[in-house]
Amino acid sequence: MKKHIKRRTAEALSGYAFLAPWLIGLVFLSLFPFLYSFWISICSVSFTTNGIVTKLVGLKWYREAFTEDTTFLISLLDTVKFVAFSTPIIIVSSLIIALMLNSQFRFRGFFRAVFFFPVIITSGPVISELVVNRASAIINPERFPIYTFVEQLPAVISLPVLYIFDNIVIILWFSGVQILIYVSRLQKIGRPIYEAAAIDGASDWQVFWKILLPFIKPTIFLNAIYTIMELSSFSNNAINSEISSKMTLTGKAYSYSAAMSWIYFLAVVVLLLIIAVVLRARARRGDDEN
Amino acid sequence: MNTRLISETSARYSNKLKKLKISKKIVLYALLMALGYVYIYPVLYMIVSSLMTMDDLVNPTVTWVPTEFFLGNYRKAVRVLHFGESLFTSVFLAFVSSLLQTLSCSLAGYAFARHNFPGKKFYFALMIGIFLIPSQVMTVPKYLLFDTYKLLNSELALFVPAAFGQGIKSTIFVLIFYQAFRSYPQSFDEAAQLDGAGRLKVFLKIAVPVCLPAFVIAFLFSFVWYWNETYQSSLLLGSEIRTLPMRLNAFVQEYSRLYPTSDGSEINKINESIRMAGTILTIVPLLVLYSVLQKQFVEGIESSGITGE
Repeated sequence: MKKHIKRRTAEALSGYAFLAPWLIGLVFLSLFPFLYSFWISICSVSFTTNGIVTKLVGLKWYREAFTEDTTFLISLLDTVKFVAFSTPIIIVSSLIIALMLNSQFRFRGFFRAVFFFPVIITSGPVISELVVNRASAIINPERFPIYTFVEQLPAVISLPVLYIFDNIVIILWFSGVQILIYVSRLQKIGRPIYEAAAIDGASDWQVFWKILLPFIKPTIFLNAIYTIMELSSFSNNAINSEISSKMTLTGKAYSYSAAMSWIYFLAVVVLLLIIAVVLRARARRGDDEN
Repeated sequence: MNTRLISETSARYSNKLKKLKISKKIVLYALLMALGYVYIYPVLYMIVSSLMTMDDLVNPTVTWVPTEFFLGNYRKAVRVLHFGESLFTSVFLAFVSSLLQTLSCSLAGYAFARHNFPGKKFYFALMIGIFLIPSQVMTVPKYLLFDTYKLLNSELALFVPAAFGQGIKSTIFVLIFYQAFRSYPQSFDEAAQLDGAGRLKVFLKIAVPVCLPAFVIAFLFSFVWYWNETYQSSLLLGSEIRTLPMRLNAFVQEYSRLYPTSDGSEINKINESIRMAGTILTIVPLLVLYSVLQKQFVEGIESSGITGE
Protein backbone atom coordinates (compact mmCIF):
# COMPACT_ATOMS: atom_id res chain seq x y z
CA MET A 1 0.00 0.00 0.00
CA LYS A 2 2.72 2.40 1.01
CA LYS A 3 4.67 1.44 -2.05
CA HIS A 4 1.62 2.12 -4.17
CA ILE A 5 1.27 5.63 -2.80
CA LYS A 6 4.96 6.22 -3.32
CA ARG A 7 4.63 5.18 -6.93
CA ARG A 8 1.72 7.52 -7.46
CA THR A 9 3.65 10.41 -5.96
CA ALA A 10 6.61 9.61 -8.17
CA GLU A 11 4.34 9.57 -11.21
CA ALA A 12 2.77 12.91 -10.27
CA LEU A 13 6.20 14.43 -9.78
CA SER A 14 7.42 13.14 -13.09
CA GLY A 15 4.24 14.41 -14.73
CA TYR A 16 4.86 17.87 -13.36
CA ALA A 17 8.47 17.71 -14.45
CA PHE A 18 7.43 17.07 -18.05
CA LEU A 19 4.70 19.68 -17.80
CA ALA A 20 6.98 22.27 -16.20
CA PRO A 21 8.07 24.28 -19.28
CA TRP A 22 4.51 24.47 -20.55
CA LEU A 23 3.11 25.30 -17.11
CA ILE A 24 5.63 28.07 -16.52
CA GLY A 25 4.76 29.49 -19.93
CA LEU A 26 1.06 29.24 -19.16
CA VAL A 27 1.35 31.13 -15.90
CA PHE A 28 3.79 33.79 -17.03
CA LEU A 29 2.83 34.30 -20.67
CA SER A 30 -0.76 33.26 -21.35
CA LEU A 31 -2.79 33.48 -18.18
CA PHE A 32 -2.42 37.23 -17.79
CA PRO A 33 -3.58 38.14 -21.33
CA PHE A 34 -6.44 35.67 -20.96
CA LEU A 35 -7.72 37.06 -17.67
CA TYR A 36 -6.91 40.64 -18.57
CA SER A 37 -9.02 40.39 -21.73
CA PHE A 38 -11.95 39.45 -19.50
CA TRP A 39 -11.17 42.30 -17.13
CA ILE A 40 -11.17 44.93 -19.86
CA SER A 41 -14.42 43.50 -21.23
CA ILE A 42 -16.16 44.66 -18.04
CA CYS A 43 -14.29 47.95 -17.88
CA SER A 44 -14.05 51.11 -19.83
CA VAL A 45 -10.52 51.67 -21.03
CA SER A 46 -8.89 55.02 -21.56
CA PHE A 47 -5.38 55.94 -22.49
CA THR A 48 -3.64 58.61 -20.48
CA THR A 49 -0.06 59.70 -20.13
CA ASN A 50 0.23 57.37 -17.15
CA GLY A 51 -0.68 54.40 -19.30
CA ILE A 52 -3.94 52.56 -19.52
CA VAL A 53 -6.68 53.42 -17.04
CA THR A 54 -9.56 51.01 -16.54
CA LYS A 55 -12.87 51.77 -14.86
CA LEU A 56 -15.33 49.03 -13.99
CA VAL A 57 -18.60 49.28 -15.92
CA GLY A 58 -20.04 45.80 -15.42
CA LEU A 59 -21.81 44.07 -18.26
CA LYS A 60 -22.48 47.25 -20.21
CA TRP A 61 -20.59 46.16 -23.35
CA TYR A 62 -22.23 42.75 -23.34
CA ARG A 63 -25.69 44.34 -23.22
CA GLU A 64 -24.73 46.75 -25.94
CA ALA A 65 -23.51 43.96 -28.20
CA PHE A 66 -26.86 42.24 -28.04
CA THR A 67 -29.19 45.22 -28.02
CA GLU A 68 -27.58 48.13 -29.83
CA ASP A 69 -25.07 46.66 -32.23
CA THR A 70 -26.74 45.97 -35.57
CA THR A 71 -24.04 43.80 -37.09
CA PHE A 72 -22.68 41.83 -34.16
CA LEU A 73 -25.46 39.26 -33.86
CA ILE A 74 -25.51 38.68 -37.60
CA SER A 75 -21.76 38.06 -37.72
CA LEU A 76 -21.90 35.87 -34.66
CA LEU A 77 -24.69 33.70 -36.05
CA ASP A 78 -22.97 33.60 -39.43
CA THR A 79 -19.78 32.28 -37.93
CA VAL A 80 -21.44 29.86 -35.55
CA LYS A 81 -23.48 28.51 -38.46
CA PHE A 82 -20.32 28.19 -40.55
CA VAL A 83 -18.50 26.31 -37.80
CA ALA A 84 -21.47 24.12 -36.83
CA PHE A 85 -22.23 23.09 -40.43
CA SER A 86 -18.69 22.70 -41.62
CA THR A 87 -17.27 20.72 -38.74
CA PRO A 88 -19.26 17.50 -39.25
CA ILE A 89 -18.78 17.75 -43.00
CA ILE A 90 -15.04 18.19 -42.65
CA ILE A 91 -14.80 15.35 -40.14
CA VAL A 92 -16.66 12.93 -42.41
CA SER A 93 -15.25 13.97 -45.77
CA SER A 94 -11.67 13.97 -44.53
CA LEU A 95 -12.23 10.52 -43.06
CA ILE A 96 -13.48 9.24 -46.41
CA ILE A 97 -10.52 10.77 -48.21
CA ALA A 98 -8.15 9.34 -45.61
CA LEU A 99 -9.67 5.88 -46.09
CA MET A 100 -9.16 6.17 -49.83
CA LEU A 101 -5.59 7.31 -49.38
CA ASN A 102 -4.95 4.45 -46.99
CA SER A 103 -5.84 1.71 -49.48
CA GLN A 104 -3.35 0.17 -51.87
CA PHE A 105 -3.11 1.67 -55.35
CA ARG A 106 -0.63 3.02 -57.80
CA PHE A 107 0.55 6.64 -57.53
CA ARG A 108 -0.56 6.62 -53.91
CA GLY A 109 2.45 8.70 -52.90
CA PHE A 110 1.57 11.30 -55.47
CA PHE A 111 -2.07 11.54 -54.39
CA ARG A 112 -1.13 11.74 -50.76
CA ALA A 113 1.25 14.56 -51.50
CA VAL A 114 -1.59 16.37 -53.28
CA PHE A 115 -4.10 15.87 -50.49
CA PHE A 116 -1.76 16.86 -47.69
CA PHE A 117 -0.82 19.91 -49.69
CA PRO A 118 -3.42 22.30 -48.16
CA VAL A 119 -1.50 21.97 -44.90
CA ILE A 120 1.03 24.48 -46.12
CA ILE A 121 -1.50 26.74 -47.79
CA THR A 122 -4.45 27.02 -45.42
CA SER A 123 -2.93 29.62 -43.16
CA GLY A 124 -1.09 31.68 -45.71
CA PRO A 125 -1.63 34.32 -48.36
CA VAL A 126 -3.09 31.80 -50.80
CA ILE A 127 -6.13 31.01 -48.68
CA SER A 128 -6.90 34.70 -48.14
CA GLU A 129 -6.69 35.14 -51.88
CA LEU A 130 -9.09 32.21 -52.31
CA VAL A 131 -11.58 33.54 -49.81
CA VAL A 132 -11.49 37.03 -51.24
CA ASN A 133 -11.97 35.81 -54.80
CA ARG A 134 -14.90 33.59 -53.87
CA ALA A 135 -13.19 30.28 -54.33
CA SER A 136 -16.32 28.23 -54.96
CA ALA A 137 -16.28 29.73 -58.43
CA ILE A 138 -13.70 27.05 -59.22
CA ILE A 139 -16.44 24.47 -59.29
CA ASN A 140 -19.47 26.66 -59.82
CA PRO A 141 -21.98 24.31 -58.22
CA GLU A 142 -25.01 26.08 -59.66
CA ARG A 143 -24.40 24.67 -63.10
CA PHE A 144 -25.01 21.06 -62.04
CA PRO A 145 -28.54 19.66 -62.35
CA ILE A 146 -28.38 18.24 -58.84
CA TYR A 147 -28.10 21.76 -57.46
CA THR A 148 -31.39 22.84 -59.02
CA PHE A 149 -32.95 19.57 -57.89
CA VAL A 150 -31.96 20.13 -54.27
CA GLU A 151 -33.24 23.69 -54.43
CA GLN A 152 -36.76 22.32 -54.95
CA LEU A 153 -36.67 20.28 -51.74
CA PRO A 154 -38.09 21.55 -48.43
CA ALA A 155 -35.82 24.04 -46.72
CA VAL A 156 -34.96 21.70 -43.86
CA ILE A 157 -33.12 19.43 -46.27
CA SER A 158 -32.10 21.84 -48.98
CA LEU A 159 -30.49 24.52 -46.81
CA PRO A 160 -27.70 22.40 -45.34
CA VAL A 161 -27.09 20.61 -48.64
CA LEU A 162 -26.90 23.83 -50.61
CA TYR A 163 -24.63 25.20 -47.93
CA ILE A 164 -22.24 22.33 -48.56
CA PHE A 165 -22.36 22.89 -52.30
CA ASP A 166 -21.67 26.58 -51.95
CA ASN A 167 -18.77 26.12 -49.57
CA ILE A 168 -17.32 22.88 -50.88
CA VAL A 169 -13.98 24.33 -51.88
CA ILE A 170 -13.37 26.09 -48.59
CA ILE A 171 -14.48 22.99 -46.73
CA LEU A 172 -12.08 20.83 -48.70
CA TRP A 173 -9.30 23.31 -48.17
CA PHE A 174 -9.81 23.10 -44.43
CA SER A 175 -9.55 19.31 -44.49
CA GLY A 176 -5.84 18.92 -45.19
CA VAL A 177 -4.63 18.71 -41.63
CA GLN A 178 -7.46 16.36 -40.64
CA ILE A 179 -6.76 14.02 -43.55
CA LEU A 180 -3.13 13.88 -42.52
CA ILE A 181 -3.97 13.14 -38.90
CA TYR A 182 -6.42 10.40 -39.91
CA VAL A 183 -3.98 8.75 -42.31
CA SER A 184 -1.18 8.70 -39.79
CA ARG A 185 -3.55 6.95 -37.39
CA LEU A 186 -4.96 4.52 -39.96
CA GLN A 187 -1.48 3.44 -40.89
CA LYS A 188 -1.03 2.08 -37.42
CA ILE A 189 -3.50 -0.70 -38.14
CA GLY A 190 -1.27 -3.54 -39.19
CA ARG A 191 -1.89 -5.82 -42.16
CA PRO A 192 -2.37 -8.88 -39.90
CA ILE A 193 -5.53 -7.32 -38.47
CA TYR A 194 -7.12 -6.95 -41.91
CA GLU A 195 -6.05 -10.48 -42.83
CA ALA A 196 -7.48 -11.90 -39.64
CA ALA A 197 -10.74 -10.11 -40.33
CA ALA A 198 -10.84 -11.45 -43.89
CA ILE A 199 -10.20 -14.99 -42.67
CA ASP A 200 -13.12 -14.61 -40.28
CA GLY A 201 -15.21 -13.67 -43.31
CA ALA A 202 -15.74 -10.00 -42.47
CA SER A 203 -16.85 -7.75 -45.31
CA ASP A 204 -15.24 -4.38 -45.96
CA TRP A 205 -18.29 -2.76 -44.45
CA GLN A 206 -17.96 -4.77 -41.26
CA VAL A 207 -14.23 -4.10 -41.12
CA PHE A 208 -14.98 -0.39 -41.26
CA TRP A 209 -17.56 -0.42 -38.47
CA LYS A 210 -15.99 -3.02 -36.20
CA ILE A 211 -12.28 -2.37 -36.60
CA LEU A 212 -11.49 0.96 -38.19
CA LEU A 213 -14.07 3.14 -36.51
CA PRO A 214 -13.41 2.07 -32.91
CA PHE A 215 -9.69 2.36 -33.58
CA ILE A 216 -9.83 5.92 -34.87
CA LYS A 217 -12.44 7.19 -32.43
CA PRO A 218 -9.95 9.21 -30.38
CA THR A 219 -8.66 10.67 -33.63
CA ILE A 220 -12.16 11.74 -34.62
CA PHE A 221 -12.42 13.59 -31.34
CA LEU A 222 -9.04 15.22 -31.84
CA ASN A 223 -9.99 16.25 -35.35
CA ALA A 224 -13.33 17.63 -34.19
CA ILE A 225 -11.65 19.81 -31.60
CA TYR A 226 -9.01 20.82 -34.08
CA THR A 227 -11.57 21.70 -36.75
CA ILE A 228 -13.65 23.83 -34.43
CA MET A 229 -10.58 25.64 -33.18
CA GLU A 230 -9.21 26.18 -36.65
CA LEU A 231 -12.46 27.41 -38.15
CA SER A 232 -13.31 29.64 -35.22
CA SER A 233 -9.89 31.23 -35.07
CA PHE A 234 -9.68 31.75 -38.82
CA SER A 235 -9.08 35.47 -38.99
CA ASN A 236 -11.11 35.97 -42.18
CA ASN A 237 -14.37 34.75 -40.68
CA ALA A 238 -17.18 37.21 -40.07
CA ILE A 239 -16.94 37.59 -36.32
CA ASN A 240 -13.17 37.85 -36.15
CA SER A 241 -13.11 40.61 -38.75
CA GLU A 242 -15.87 42.31 -36.76
CA ILE A 243 -13.83 42.04 -33.57
CA SER A 244 -10.70 43.36 -35.25
CA SER A 245 -12.47 46.23 -36.95
CA LYS A 246 -14.11 47.45 -33.74
CA MET A 247 -10.91 47.21 -31.73
CA THR A 248 -10.16 50.91 -31.71
CA LEU A 249 -13.64 52.46 -31.59
CA THR A 250 -13.42 55.71 -29.67
CA GLY A 251 -14.97 55.57 -26.23
CA LYS A 252 -14.95 51.80 -26.10
CA ALA A 253 -11.48 50.90 -27.34
CA TYR A 254 -10.56 47.27 -26.71
CA SER A 255 -13.19 46.71 -24.07
CA TYR A 256 -16.02 46.33 -26.56
CA SER A 257 -13.98 43.95 -28.72
CA ALA A 258 -13.03 42.00 -25.63
CA ALA A 259 -16.69 41.67 -24.66
CA MET A 260 -17.57 40.44 -28.16
CA SER A 261 -14.73 37.94 -27.98
CA TRP A 262 -15.97 36.53 -24.73
CA ILE A 263 -19.47 36.11 -26.10
CA TYR A 264 -18.00 34.40 -29.14
CA PHE A 265 -15.79 32.31 -26.87
CA LEU A 266 -18.83 31.06 -24.95
CA ALA A 267 -20.59 30.20 -28.21
CA VAL A 268 -17.61 28.13 -29.36
CA VAL A 269 -17.37 26.42 -25.98
CA VAL A 270 -21.02 25.41 -26.33
CA LEU A 271 -20.27 23.94 -29.76
CA LEU A 272 -17.31 22.04 -28.34
CA LEU A 273 -19.43 20.67 -25.51
CA ILE A 274 -22.08 19.49 -27.96
CA ILE A 275 -19.45 17.67 -30.02
CA ALA A 276 -17.94 16.15 -26.88
CA VAL A 277 -21.35 14.93 -25.69
CA VAL A 278 -22.28 13.49 -29.10
CA LEU A 279 -18.99 11.63 -29.50
CA ARG A 280 -19.06 10.45 -25.89
CA ALA A 281 -22.60 9.12 -26.25
CA ARG A 282 -21.68 7.28 -29.43
CA ALA A 283 -18.57 5.84 -27.81
CA ARG A 284 -20.65 4.53 -24.92
CA ARG A 285 -23.22 2.99 -27.23
CA GLY A 286 -20.36 1.29 -29.05
CA ASP A 287 -19.13 -0.17 -25.78
CA ASP A 288 -22.54 -1.57 -24.92
CA GLU A 289 -22.73 -3.48 -28.17
CA ASN A 290 -19.48 -5.29 -27.52
CA MET B 1 -2.51 -28.87 -42.07
CA ASN B 2 -3.40 -25.74 -40.23
CA THR B 3 -0.80 -23.79 -42.12
CA ARG B 4 -2.21 -25.04 -45.41
CA LEU B 5 -5.66 -23.87 -44.44
CA ILE B 6 -4.39 -20.45 -43.57
CA SER B 7 -2.37 -20.08 -46.74
CA GLU B 8 -5.36 -21.19 -48.80
CA THR B 9 -7.63 -18.72 -47.10
CA SER B 10 -5.20 -15.87 -47.46
CA ALA B 11 -4.75 -16.76 -51.13
CA ARG B 12 -8.51 -16.56 -51.53
CA TYR B 13 -8.44 -13.27 -49.65
CA SER B 14 -5.89 -11.74 -51.95
CA ASN B 15 -7.87 -12.99 -54.95
CA LYS B 16 -10.91 -11.29 -53.56
CA LEU B 17 -8.88 -8.14 -53.09
CA LYS B 18 -7.72 -8.21 -56.68
CA LYS B 19 -11.21 -8.62 -58.05
CA LEU B 20 -12.51 -5.77 -55.94
CA LYS B 21 -9.68 -3.61 -57.03
CA ILE B 22 -10.56 -3.31 -60.70
CA SER B 23 -14.07 -1.94 -60.30
CA LYS B 24 -13.25 0.01 -57.20
CA LYS B 25 -10.09 1.49 -58.56
CA ILE B 26 -11.83 3.36 -61.33
CA VAL B 27 -14.12 5.02 -58.80
CA LEU B 28 -11.19 5.67 -56.51
CA TYR B 29 -9.05 7.35 -59.15
CA ALA B 30 -11.95 9.39 -60.46
CA LEU B 31 -12.82 10.67 -56.99
CA LEU B 32 -9.24 11.39 -56.04
CA MET B 33 -8.58 13.25 -59.25
CA ALA B 34 -11.74 15.33 -58.97
CA LEU B 35 -11.01 16.27 -55.37
CA GLY B 36 -7.31 16.75 -56.01
CA TYR B 37 -8.18 19.22 -58.74
CA VAL B 38 -9.67 21.52 -56.11
CA TYR B 39 -6.32 21.62 -54.31
CA ILE B 40 -4.12 21.91 -57.34
CA TYR B 41 -6.15 24.43 -59.29
CA PRO B 42 -5.50 27.64 -57.34
CA VAL B 43 -1.77 27.02 -57.19
CA LEU B 44 -1.55 26.11 -60.87
CA TYR B 45 -3.56 29.19 -61.68
CA MET B 46 -1.17 31.35 -59.67
CA ILE B 47 1.91 29.84 -61.26
CA VAL B 48 0.53 30.27 -64.76
CA SER B 49 -0.60 33.82 -64.30
CA SER B 50 2.67 34.77 -62.63
CA LEU B 51 4.41 33.87 -65.89
CA MET B 52 2.20 36.02 -68.06
CA THR B 53 3.20 39.27 -69.70
CA MET B 54 0.89 42.24 -69.57
CA ASP B 55 -0.35 41.37 -73.07
CA ASP B 56 -1.20 37.80 -72.12
CA LEU B 57 -3.04 38.98 -69.07
CA VAL B 58 -5.48 41.15 -70.97
CA ASN B 59 -5.75 38.78 -73.93
CA PRO B 60 -8.91 36.69 -73.45
CA THR B 61 -7.64 33.87 -75.71
CA VAL B 62 -4.72 33.18 -73.38
CA THR B 63 -6.02 31.28 -70.37
CA TRP B 64 -3.65 28.48 -69.49
CA VAL B 65 -0.59 28.64 -71.72
CA PRO B 66 1.28 31.94 -71.76
CA THR B 67 2.66 32.91 -75.16
CA GLU B 68 6.20 33.11 -73.80
CA PHE B 69 8.04 31.97 -70.71
CA PHE B 70 8.22 35.36 -69.04
CA LEU B 71 10.22 35.84 -65.85
CA GLY B 72 10.02 39.62 -65.68
CA ASN B 73 7.34 39.49 -62.99
CA TYR B 74 9.63 37.46 -60.78
CA ARG B 75 12.50 39.82 -61.30
CA LYS B 76 10.35 42.69 -60.09
CA ALA B 77 8.82 40.69 -57.24
CA VAL B 78 12.26 39.67 -55.95
CA ARG B 79 13.20 43.32 -55.69
CA VAL B 80 9.95 44.39 -54.09
CA LEU B 81 10.08 41.63 -51.48
CA HIS B 82 13.80 42.21 -50.73
CA PHE B 83 13.85 38.49 -51.26
CA GLY B 84 17.31 37.48 -50.03
CA GLU B 85 17.13 39.39 -46.79
CA SER B 86 13.55 38.59 -45.87
CA LEU B 87 13.97 34.95 -46.86
CA PHE B 88 16.76 34.62 -44.34
CA THR B 89 14.72 36.36 -41.63
CA SER B 90 11.72 34.15 -42.31
CA VAL B 91 13.66 30.89 -42.32
CA PHE B 92 15.57 31.80 -39.19
CA LEU B 93 12.50 32.86 -37.22
CA ALA B 94 10.28 29.99 -38.33
CA PHE B 95 12.96 27.33 -37.94
CA VAL B 96 14.04 28.21 -34.40
CA SER B 97 10.49 28.90 -33.20
CA SER B 98 9.05 25.68 -34.54
CA LEU B 99 11.94 23.62 -33.20
CA LEU B 100 11.41 25.08 -29.72
CA GLN B 101 7.67 24.71 -30.00
CA THR B 102 7.82 21.07 -31.11
CA LEU B 103 10.09 20.28 -28.19
CA SER B 104 8.09 22.04 -25.47
CA CYS B 105 4.75 20.77 -26.73
CA SER B 106 5.98 17.19 -26.97
CA LEU B 107 7.01 17.33 -23.32
CA ALA B 108 3.62 18.70 -22.30
CA GLY B 109 1.84 16.16 -24.49
CA TYR B 110 3.82 13.37 -22.86
CA ALA B 111 2.95 14.66 -19.41
CA PHE B 112 -0.75 14.64 -20.24
CA ALA B 113 -0.71 11.33 -22.08
CA ARG B 114 1.38 9.17 -19.77
CA HIS B 115 0.99 10.57 -16.28
CA ASN B 116 -1.65 10.96 -13.66
CA PHE B 117 -1.19 14.00 -11.52
CA PRO B 118 -3.49 16.28 -9.54
CA GLY B 119 -4.92 19.13 -11.57
CA LYS B 120 -4.46 17.41 -14.93
CA LYS B 121 -8.01 17.91 -16.12
CA PHE B 122 -7.98 21.52 -14.97
CA TYR B 123 -4.84 22.36 -16.94
CA PHE B 124 -6.19 20.58 -19.95
CA ALA B 125 -9.42 22.57 -19.89
CA LEU B 126 -7.51 25.79 -19.30
CA MET B 127 -5.28 25.05 -22.27
CA ILE B 128 -8.26 24.64 -24.59
CA GLY B 129 -10.04 27.64 -23.08
CA ILE B 130 -7.15 30.01 -23.63
CA PHE B 131 -6.82 28.80 -27.18
CA LEU B 132 -10.43 29.58 -27.96
CA ILE B 133 -10.31 33.25 -27.06
CA PRO B 134 -9.78 35.09 -30.34
CA SER B 135 -6.14 36.07 -30.44
CA GLN B 136 -6.98 39.59 -31.57
CA VAL B 137 -8.26 40.41 -28.10
CA MET B 138 -5.29 38.95 -26.32
CA THR B 139 -2.95 41.00 -28.47
CA VAL B 140 -3.00 44.19 -26.44
CA PRO B 141 -2.56 42.56 -23.01
CA LYS B 142 0.14 40.40 -24.54
CA TYR B 143 1.90 43.44 -25.91
CA LEU B 144 1.83 45.11 -22.49
CA LEU B 145 3.08 41.95 -20.81
CA PHE B 146 5.90 41.39 -23.29
CA ASP B 147 6.88 45.01 -22.84
CA THR B 148 7.30 44.41 -19.09
CA TYR B 149 9.46 41.37 -19.83
CA LYS B 150 11.52 43.41 -22.33
CA LEU B 151 10.85 40.88 -25.04
CA LEU B 152 9.52 43.29 -27.64
CA ASN B 153 11.31 44.22 -30.85
CA SER B 154 13.55 41.19 -30.88
CA GLU B 155 13.36 37.59 -32.00
CA LEU B 156 12.85 36.61 -28.36
CA ALA B 157 9.23 37.76 -28.64
CA LEU B 158 8.67 34.62 -30.72
CA PHE B 159 11.30 32.29 -29.26
CA VAL B 160 10.41 32.60 -25.58
CA PRO B 161 6.70 31.70 -25.93
CA ALA B 162 7.64 28.88 -28.29
CA ALA B 163 10.13 27.45 -25.80
CA PHE B 164 7.49 27.48 -23.08
CA GLY B 165 4.73 25.89 -25.11
CA GLN B 166 2.77 29.10 -25.63
CA GLY B 167 3.60 29.72 -29.27
CA ILE B 168 1.23 29.89 -32.22
CA LYS B 169 -1.54 27.30 -31.86
CA SER B 170 0.55 25.41 -29.32
CA THR B 171 -2.60 23.78 -27.98
CA ILE B 172 -3.01 21.84 -31.20
CA PHE B 173 0.52 20.50 -30.94
CA VAL B 174 0.02 19.42 -27.36
CA LEU B 175 -3.14 17.64 -28.51
CA ILE B 176 -1.36 15.95 -31.43
CA PHE B 177 1.39 14.71 -29.12
CA TYR B 178 -1.13 13.75 -26.48
CA GLN B 179 -2.86 11.52 -28.96
CA ALA B 180 0.34 10.11 -30.43
CA PHE B 181 1.81 9.20 -27.05
CA ARG B 182 -1.38 7.50 -26.00
CA SER B 183 -1.51 5.35 -29.10
CA TYR B 184 1.25 2.90 -28.24
CA PRO B 185 1.01 0.30 -25.46
CA GLN B 186 1.78 1.28 -21.90
CA SER B 187 3.74 -1.97 -21.63
CA PHE B 188 6.56 -0.48 -23.75
CA ASP B 189 7.17 2.12 -21.08
CA GLU B 190 6.76 -0.30 -18.23
CA ALA B 191 9.22 -2.77 -19.71
CA ALA B 192 11.83 -0.06 -20.06
CA GLN B 193 11.20 1.11 -16.53
CA LEU B 194 11.65 -2.41 -15.21
CA ASP B 195 15.01 -2.40 -16.94
CA GLY B 196 15.87 0.57 -14.78
CA ALA B 197 15.35 3.43 -17.22
CA GLY B 198 14.23 6.74 -15.75
CA ARG B 199 11.23 8.65 -17.05
CA LEU B 200 13.29 10.95 -19.20
CA LYS B 201 15.16 8.04 -20.70
CA VAL B 202 11.89 6.24 -21.44
CA PHE B 203 10.68 9.37 -23.19
CA LEU B 204 13.81 9.78 -25.27
CA LYS B 205 14.42 6.12 -26.09
CA ILE B 206 10.86 4.91 -26.60
CA ALA B 207 8.27 7.65 -26.95
CA VAL B 208 10.30 9.79 -29.36
CA PRO B 209 11.29 7.03 -31.82
CA VAL B 210 7.84 5.42 -31.75
CA CYS B 211 6.09 8.71 -32.39
CA LEU B 212 8.59 10.20 -34.82
CA PRO B 213 5.93 10.90 -37.47
CA ALA B 214 4.10 13.05 -34.92
CA PHE B 215 7.28 15.07 -34.44
CA VAL B 216 7.67 15.53 -38.18
CA ILE B 217 4.05 16.59 -38.56
CA ALA B 218 4.26 18.96 -35.61
CA PHE B 219 7.44 20.53 -36.91
CA LEU B 220 5.97 21.00 -40.37
CA PHE B 221 2.70 22.53 -39.12
CA SER B 222 4.57 24.70 -36.70
CA PHE B 223 6.96 25.92 -39.35
CA VAL B 224 4.13 26.69 -41.72
CA TRP B 225 2.15 28.61 -39.13
CA TYR B 226 5.12 30.60 -37.92
CA TRP B 227 5.96 31.33 -41.50
CA ASN B 228 2.51 32.58 -42.41
CA GLU B 229 1.65 34.49 -39.25
CA THR B 230 2.03 38.21 -39.75
CA TYR B 231 -0.46 40.05 -37.58
CA GLN B 232 0.89 39.33 -34.11
CA SER B 233 4.50 38.91 -35.11
CA SER B 234 4.73 42.25 -36.87
CA LEU B 235 3.42 43.87 -33.71
CA LEU B 236 5.74 42.01 -31.35
CA LEU B 237 8.82 42.03 -33.56
CA GLY B 238 8.68 45.72 -34.32
CA SER B 239 9.39 47.33 -37.65
CA GLU B 240 13.00 46.19 -37.97
CA ILE B 241 12.37 42.49 -38.48
CA ARG B 242 10.44 41.88 -41.68
CA THR B 243 9.53 38.40 -42.90
CA LEU B 244 8.56 37.45 -46.43
CA PRO B 245 4.78 37.34 -45.81
CA MET B 246 4.99 40.72 -44.08
CA ARG B 247 6.68 42.11 -47.16
CA LEU B 248 3.97 40.52 -49.25
CA ASN B 249 1.31 42.33 -47.23
CA ALA B 250 3.00 45.59 -48.00
CA PHE B 251 3.64 44.58 -51.61
CA VAL B 252 1.60 47.27 -53.35
CA GLN B 253 3.04 50.18 -51.36
CA GLU B 254 6.61 48.97 -51.76
CA TYR B 255 6.04 48.36 -55.45
CA SER B 256 4.86 51.88 -56.13
CA ARG B 257 7.84 53.20 -54.17
CA LEU B 258 10.30 51.23 -56.32
CA TYR B 259 8.51 51.61 -59.61
CA PRO B 260 6.85 55.01 -59.57
CA THR B 261 4.26 55.65 -62.26
CA SER B 262 4.24 59.40 -61.71
CA ASP B 263 5.71 59.92 -65.17
CA GLY B 264 2.59 58.33 -66.58
CA SER B 265 4.42 55.34 -68.08
CA GLU B 266 2.29 52.24 -68.44
CA ILE B 267 5.22 49.84 -68.35
CA ASN B 268 5.72 49.99 -64.60
CA LYS B 269 2.09 49.63 -63.64
CA ILE B 270 1.49 46.89 -61.12
CA ASN B 271 -0.62 44.02 -62.35
CA GLU B 272 -2.06 40.75 -61.17
CA SER B 273 0.86 38.75 -62.54
CA ILE B 274 3.47 40.55 -60.49
CA ARG B 275 1.48 40.06 -57.31
CA MET B 276 1.04 36.39 -58.12
CA ALA B 277 4.79 36.11 -58.63
CA GLY B 278 5.25 37.65 -55.19
CA THR B 279 2.80 35.21 -53.65
CA ILE B 280 4.52 32.24 -55.28
CA LEU B 281 7.92 33.44 -54.04
CA THR B 282 6.48 33.63 -50.54
CA ILE B 283 5.31 30.04 -50.49
CA VAL B 284 8.19 28.47 -52.44
CA PRO B 285 10.27 27.82 -49.29
CA LEU B 286 7.26 26.03 -47.78
CA LEU B 287 6.91 23.93 -50.92
CA VAL B 288 10.57 22.95 -50.63
CA LEU B 289 10.22 22.00 -46.97
CA TYR B 290 7.07 20.09 -47.75
CA SER B 291 8.68 18.08 -50.53
CA VAL B 292 11.58 17.20 -48.23
CA LEU B 293 9.44 16.19 -45.26
CA GLN B 294 6.46 14.67 -47.02
CA LYS B 295 8.22 11.33 -47.52
CA GLN B 296 8.34 11.03 -43.75
CA PHE B 297 4.60 10.94 -43.38
CA VAL B 298 3.42 10.05 -46.88
CA GLU B 299 5.12 6.68 -47.14
CA GLY B 300 7.43 6.24 -44.21
CA ILE B 301 5.14 5.36 -41.36
CA GLU B 302 4.29 1.78 -42.24
CA SER B 303 7.90 0.75 -42.61
CA SER B 304 8.68 1.76 -39.04
CA GLY B 305 7.06 -1.56 -38.09
CA ILE B 306 5.21 -0.39 -35.05
CA THR B 307 1.57 -1.22 -35.22
CA GLY B 308 0.26 0.45 -32.09
CA GLU B 309 -2.31 -1.60 -30.26
